[in-house]
Amino acid sequence: MASITLERLKKTYSGNVDAVRGIDLAIEDGEFVVLVGPSGCGKSTLLRMVAGLETITDGTLKIGDKVVNHLEPAERDIAMVFQNYALYPHMTVYNNLAYGLKNRGFKKDDIESRVNTAAKMLEIEDFLQRKPRQLSGGQRQRVAMGRALVREPAAFLFDEPLSNLDAKLRVQMRVEIKQLQRRLKTTSLYVTHDQLEAMTLGDRLVVLNAGEIEQVGTPMEIFARPATMFVAEFIGSPAMNMLPLEYLHDQKSGGVLTNLPEGTDTVGVRPDDMHLTPPDMPYLTIEGTLMLFEAAGAESHLYVNLASSEQPTVIRTAGQPPVREGETLRFYVTRDALHPFNSTTRKRTGS
Amino acid sequence: MVENRPWANVFAHTILIIGVALVVFPVYIAIVASTHGPGEFLRGTLPLLPGPHAIDNYKAMWNTGLSRAGAPPAGQMLWNSFVMAMAITIGKLSISLLSAFAIVYFRFRFRMFFFWIIFITLMLPVEVRIIPTFQVVADLKMLNSFAGLSIPLIASATATFLFRQFFMTVPEEMLEAARVDGAGPLKFFKDILMPLSITNIAALFVIMFIYGWNQYLWPLLITTDPDYYTIVMGIQRMTTAADGDPQWHLVMAAVVMAALPPVLVVLFMQRLFVKGLTETEK
Repeated sequence: MASITLERLKKTYSGNVDAVRGIDLAIEDGEFVVLVGPSGCGKSTLLRMVAGLETITDGTLKIGDKVVNHLEPAERDIAMVFQNYALYPHMTVYNNLAYGLKNRGFKKDDIESRVNTAAKMLEIEDFLQRKPRQLSGGQRQRVAMGRALVREPAAFLFDEPLSNLDAKLRVQMRVEIKQLQRRLKTTSLYVTHDQLEAMTLGDRLVVLNAGEIEQVGTPMEIFARPATMFVAEFIGSPAMNMLPLEYLHDQKSGGVLTNLPEGTDTVGVRPDDMHLTPPDMPYLTIEGTLMLFEAAGAESHLYVNLASSEQPTVIRTAGQPPVREGETLRFYVTRDALHPFNSTTRKRTGS
Repeated sequence: MVENRPWANVFAHTILIIGVALVVFPVYIAIVASTHGPGEFLRGTLPLLPGPHAIDNYKAMWNTGLSRAGAPPAGQMLWNSFVMAMAITIGKLSISLLSAFAIVYFRFRFRMFFFWIIFITLMLPVEVRIIPTFQVVADLKMLNSFAGLSIPLIASATATFLFRQFFMTVPEEMLEAARVDGAGPLKFFKDILMPLSITNIAALFVIMFIYGWNQYLWPLLITTDPDYYTIVMGIQRMTTAADGDPQWHLVMAAVVMAALPPVLVVLFMQRLFVKGLTETEK
């Protein structure tokens, strides 16, 4: 087990394409860090650089206290779980797990006890003599995890391991991965584009965009205080609404909103923070026409056009409010639910 | 097709039966002819039923051959053919596996250049380069030897190209997983790539073995010593008997024996071959 330290890590592909533009990140021993971002943001490249599958153009990568920039993947003491599992199709599950240990010259009994321990932990003991093609997607996923587990490495690297599973299995495996990591306390770096997966799994999240870090923090920090408009819109579903100031009316003055941090020209409001009934606290109001009503069981999504403009806005409410499409509605927002941003710098204003 | 039209079935089967008969009949004639005495074939009317001399003919062919026509015993020629075909097959497979591995998995200077050179030689059959190749083999003193019979035919663009295409379909993650698992290039080749391509190897083995077995022009050119005659060219020697008529009944016995090993190879390897086609492991 070890910490992982990234210092000004850069990756430039031929033709001057910057995939990763200088990432600084310190992952502590035993921490579960999730790299999250849209496709093409460089998250997978970054992970593969840590794994040693991608060369490092510039910067320093340390696992523990050792600089590993030029080491082969096998010498870095890491284990990786691939998106398509990359199981060896011609080997039994047992041999899939044992292969890495055999190559490292482990003794036969040692291999056997390690494989059996890992298999027990992942509940795949019954499949050890099968070939990967005789397994279901979820079972293959477990085998892929097992292959990482048996090595007892310093760090686990996960490259979107759940994206090939169906929705139900994905939730189940997500919980299992989390529990497993809690139990083993192995430093883990996990890549995903699914913000929900990121929120639920990580001790800390690293939100990436265009090869750069947008924000690092615990899931709740990032949710409660997104540092940039990108993070605000990326984390949370449905996405945060970005409203120009003129759509918000102060309850008291009836006029435009005042005393926001300097430079604010846009405020973000989460779909859950817009209410149909006035709260007890001082509030702001927003008016809009209901374009579409989406009932999703326990909650409903209202798609609203604000003040006859084309600004689309989503509101999430519990239950099914008595509203009709085409109706003009008034929404209430408390002041502390506002996230002030500057649309030019795209950063959060104020502290 | 799920239609049930009896006349279409009858028609289709008739066509198929005619086709099969056309192919099989000459083979049948060869087998029948090899069981008769020396006279029947030359009398002009060929019997359609097997004759009584099968054992004599095959025994004669296997043990003594047609010494008057300058052909050694068939047993020895079959052995020569077998050695040559196996050497060519194994040589072709190992060289093409390794070169495809190099071309797909290593980044070196002029990689694409080498690939295209190999690819272009696909267009050159043995016959085109046969005179220069003969010169080279003669200068290297490899005439009348197994080395001379097999080495010049070993280089194979076809197999290299096929293995390259197959290797490119192996997911990149497989290589990466192996690297994380601590397997070096040769280990990856041996433990992952070879087992994955076993069905391709089997298919190419069949094709290459038959290619090697059926070599005619090349052995004819470079062997003058009957000890190195192969069966396919030996048959040609037998038919050009210097005096008198060719001993057709014995020639046919040799032909049947020459046809057997490729048939056995196909029958034996076919299982692996079909298994590979029906079970995709990726």
